[in-house]
Amino acid sequence: MNNWKNFTKGFIKENPVFILLLGLCPTLGVTTSAINGLGMGLATTFVLVCANVVVALIKNLIPNKVRIPSFIVIIASFVTIIDLVMAAYVPALYEALGLFIPLIVVNCAVLGRAEAFASKNTVFSSLIDGLGMGLGFTFALTLLGAVRELLGSYALFGYKFIQTDGILVFVLAPGAFFGLAYLIALMKKLNK
Amino acid sequence: MEYILIIIAAVFVNNIVLAQFLGICPFLGVSGKVKTSVGMGGAVLFVMTIATIVTWLIMKFILIPFDIQYMQTIAYILVIASLVQMVEIVLKKVSPSLYQALGVFLPLITTNCAILGVAILVIQKEFILLESVIFAIGNAIGFTLAIVIFAGLREHLDKLPVPKGMKGAPAALVIAGILALAFMGFAGIV
Repeated sequence: MNNWKNFTKGFIKENPVFILLLGLCPTLGVTTSAINGLGMGLATTFVLVCANVVVALIKNLIPNKVRIPSFIVIIASFVTIIDLVMAAYVPALYEALGLFIPLIVVNCAVLGRAEAFASKNTVFSSLIDGLGMGLGFTFALTLLGAVRELLGSYALFGYKFIQTDGILVFVLAPGAFFGLAYLIALMKKLNK
Repeated sequence: MEYILIIIAAVFVNNIVLAQFLGICPFLGVSGKVKTSVGMGGAVLFVMTIATIVTWLIMKFILIPFDIQYMQTIAYILVIASLVQMVEIVLKKVSPSLYQALGVFLPLITTNCAILGVAILVIQKEFILLESVIFAIGNAIGFTLAIVIFAGLREHLDKLPVPKGMKGAPAALVIAGILALAFMGFAGIV
């Protein structure tokens, strides 16, 4: 039960994007379509889970004073791995996400979990926490991406419903801010 | 002329915050008052310029000669993190007044993705060193412009009757969206 709670808290109650307002740069930057949001979310989930597990494994070996730089190096290593993997296997998505893949390293949601959770808990609960938080992040990005794609080009996951141009502003920069603003307001309401 | 174009493009057309979504965390977090946002902008200008020069040199003289460009992310974030620490220590000794003004913002800058973003962008765009410096300064000015305008608007927001559900982050994001709309007006001038 405890593990289940640990897993599900990332979706609504402690959602990194909607409630904690962490990692907003990729949230706003890549969500022009649902598929981009999903890809970015899963890449971040991979980094989050791996970094959480490694930090939990070696937490007793790291002197307290250098723990933040050590965490950053661990995170950066996994970011490099996912960067190279995505460039090799999903080049189209890699192009679309562009700069935001290497920037996972400064996503405060990732460092935040390593510092606040993995450095104090067991390997298994850190794994669950990373997975829950990562999927919560993925959920948020996919939802925002879906809303923007639906309004901006009347399509969802690339499937077009109406054969006309959508409300273009939603796929442009301002639409990201508006979409996120109303989703946060909605989530706050749901959380009560 | 070419350098002026780089600056105008970075400040207005491709504004780093409102068009490229880099540095959103300090943009939302440190924009409560105009005074603090000016301080943050100054700190970003300072660190972004130095960080871009140092990382550009590291790319050119260490990573490329040894053919280890894939270490870019790890090398850059370490360099930026230690650079920020160093700037803090040097500033404290050399110019206490500047340290007074920028000091509290410096630790926050390590996790500002705008710094790392610009350092990576200048490599992607294959800029020479001088272009990179100009690009970094332009982006820092763009960041400062956006955050100062935003802080000015937010100071007034506190006095307005915002609907209950939109209080706080949602209202701030709507304002940022309107600001982004305004900046879209610059599209096409360069």
